[in-house]
Amino acid sequence: MAAGVAAWLPFARAAAIGWMPVANLPMPVAPAGKNKRQDEMIILNVSGRRFETWRNTLDRYPDTLLGSSEKEFFYNEETKEYFFDRDPDVFRSVLNFYRTGKLHYPRYECISSYDEELAFFGIISEIIGDCCYEEYKDRKRENAERLMDDQEDNKDAKPPNMTCRETMWRAFENPHTSTMALVFYYVTGFFIAVSVITNVVETVPCGTSPNQKEVPCGERYTVAFFCMDTACVMIFTVEYLMRLFAAPSRYRFMRSVMSIIDVVAILPYYIGLVMTDNEDVSGAFVTLRVFRVFRIFKFSRHSQGLRILGYTLKSCASELGFLLFSLTMAIIIFATVMFYAEKGSSSSKFTSIPASFWYTIVTMTTLGYGDMVPKTIAGKIFGSICSLSGVLVIALPVPVIVSNFSRIYHQNQRADKRRAQKMQKARLARIRISKQGTSNAFLHSKRNGLFSEAPEFTSSTEEDQRLNKSTSLLESQHHHLLHCLEKTTNHEFVDQQYYQQSYLEAGLQNYPSRSPSLSSRDGVSGTCCTRRSKKQHAPLQNASGPAHMQPLTQVHAHPRGLQELSTIHIQPLSTSRSSLNMRVDEPASLNCQSSQITTAIISIPTPPVTTSDGDAHLRAGPAHQNVVKVSAL
Amino acid sequence: MKSRSQDQSLSDSRELDRSYDPLTGSTADDEELSAVRYRPEGLDPLVQKTNFSRRELQVLYRGFKNECPSGVVNEETFKSIYSQFFPHGDSSMYAHFLFEAFDTRNNGSVTFEDFVVSLSIILRGSITDKLNWAFNLYDLNKDGCVTREEMTEIMHSIYDMMGKYTYPCMEDNAPKEHVDNFFQKMDKNNDGVVTIEEFLETCQKDESIMQSMHMFDSVI
Repeated sequence: MAAGVAAWLPFARAAAIGWMPVANLPMPVAPAGKNKRQDEMIILNVSGRRFETWRNTLDRYPDTLLGSSEKEFFYNEETKEYFFDRDPDVFRSVLNFYRTGKLHYPRYECISSYDEELAFFGIISEIIGDCCYEEYKDRKRENAERLMDDQEDNKDAKPPNMTCRETMWRAFENPHTSTMALVFYYVTGFFIAVSVITNVVETVPCGTSPNQKEVPCGERYTVAFFCMDTACVMIFTVEYLMRLFAAPSRYRFMRSVMSIIDVVAILPYYIGLVMTDNEDVSGAFVTLRVFRVFRIFKFSRHSQGLRILGYTLKSCASELGFLLFSLTMAIIIFATVMFYAEKGSSSSKFTSIPASFWYTIVTMTTLGYGDMVPKTIAGKIFGSICSLSGVLVIALPVPVIVSNFSRIYHQNQRADKRRAQKMQKARLARIRISKQGTSNAFLHSKRNGLFSEAPEFTSSTEEDQRLNKSTSLLESQHHHLLHCLEKTTNHEFVDQQYYQQSYLEAGLQNYPSRSPSLSSRDGVSGTCCTRRSKKQHAPLQNASGPAHMQPLTQVHAHPRGLQELSTIHIQPLSTSRSSLNMRVDEPASLNCQSSQITTAIISIPTPPVTTSDGDAHLRAGPAHQNVVKVSAL
Repeated sequence: MKSRSQDQSLSDSRELDRSYDPLTGSTADDEELSAVRYRPEGLDPLVQKTNFSRRELQVLYRGFKNECPSGVVNEETFKSIYSQFFPHGDSSMYAHFLFEAFDTRNNGSVTFEDFVVSLSIILRGSITDKLNWAFNLYDLNKDGCVTREEMTEIMHSIYDMMGKYTYPCMEDNAPKEHVDNFFQKMDKNNDGVVTIEEFLETCQKDESIMQSMHMFDSVI
């Protein structure tokens, strides 16, 4: 039931008057208003504080404690009120949820006591309105973290039965767990530092040989440096292999950024070993040595701040992209302008537009090397505009990046953006599921055949009658309304799976329509719902299949469909609207099948070649019914 | 509703300013001043105007006021309320036609009096009144006759409420054929429009329509 607008149900039902004159089928029986209990006040006594509300306010949410019959357990016969031994302050929010349809979380309330109350009253916390949901989630997360911290302090003893591999992985990820891990952590850190310093010192000029110019230290003490490099690379290789061995998911480990950095750091060495001292490739080899500087990134395992910086840059990708884009635009514009402005002057350094890029970049970032300066007046004017705008363009995105970094840095425990999105999706999914209950309730109750309200049909079982009582009056009225709509349009509501299944089956089968009395129509689209799909509707089985071969006067006691079938048969040639023999209190699961049976009967005179195709085709749409009627008349 | 095409432009900086509402052309500050607070005239006059009892009017008003605290319903609220009853399909067009029918004064808002008067006709009026009201609903331009185009629009709006997942699958021309059927039944002199007399005459002769009209007697 659409909660919150339950009071408007009479209006919605009244608005159905617009369907009545256009409907071709008779409408189902309205559910009888049972004893008029709607306008009754209920007293809820919560720990002494009395709350009073209308009964149908609580009925809006029938899947909670207060909206269902579960509250009868708390009914006090003597005082004629419902007594709950719970917190009255939190109950205020709960009751307001029924009144307004929005659940709010009071900020002064403890999160766990609030959760307990919600659980007691059967309300899911995802329904909390957007105004209070962020606060609720933050408090809940803090609480959970506090619990986790408490648990971790007790968790120092490592769980037994951890395999060697798991121990190693745990040691790698969290160096504080054991002494060995700590030692390993510091050793690798030391060797990273040594390797980086070695790379740097290698290039420092180290004194002169008597007959040559200054040589860098790397060439002077080749062996020493080579030994140090080897040692570092060996340590790194061993470390990488050990991590690879210990990783729970090797594939995922190999794809992670840190492992790629590790590989890039040690690969040049091995490539250098393999390659000979050939002159041609030594140029390429020198380039490879550049990659050794990536070893410095291995420090990010040792530094939380570095990781946060990397994450910030990643999360500010859009701002960085904007900065880059706007800079590029400005560079191109100003370079072009400067080039054409300086074209006139002689011995100008602005030989081409790409050559002017350098000037523009240097000016916009306020570096101002001075290796290229404009000489003409126009060039100087545009040059000054360029430098002013450079300041602005660069200054705009930078505060965004800075604030991002500070936010992430201060909340470095915050869950990943991806996890938050998943939680948001899960929340919306839960709300959707609980709301789908309303639309599914209708389909569900149809399948249970809850529309048989006429008491003389003894085939309605005990279970059906019990189910009848449990749906509230509001729900049954709402279902009746939807049922009237079905009757008006001569189509039924089905759920998505059923629809897709019947659509699929339609695609598999092909019934060409050659009947001249029917409008020309594409065979595939016309038979979108075939015979086979009808087995889902148990009550209709008698109506499908060979039913159209049955004699006209056959009357079945089956409560669904066929009784109407027979009454329609009696008036085969009249318009479907005059159904003098139609009993008003028929159960209401009339559907297109029976009306199509009518058409099948009418179209018996059509050429026999189409009957076998034709009747399957005729089941397809109620629209056929109209067309056939025209021809029959 | 004002068409937005001429007012809107990509570079309209007013749109970036969230207090500006392009539909009405007013900023949020203006809107708060012009919020309507409307009170119905009183319980007794309403009891006289309509066929509802005091108690029924009380229940109706409570529900009305709960959803529309300002005392009037505008079309958006109307549509959103109506759509909650039909979660499967799109009920906005039919709700729009309903709103036009309820809004007897044609000023874009439905007060409680309008609401209750129309409900009284539908739920407590005579058969002729009910049929008249239904005809008024179909007659979109209120000129006294229902043309084929108007009926087609109404039919489309009804079929839209069914949504996509129906059995049998919704054909594209199902509404059109339904309209043809309707006209064939109602339009006696075959002049392409259905007048109120033809409508009343046909409906009063049709048993099932009469019976379904009686369904509304027990709604409240």
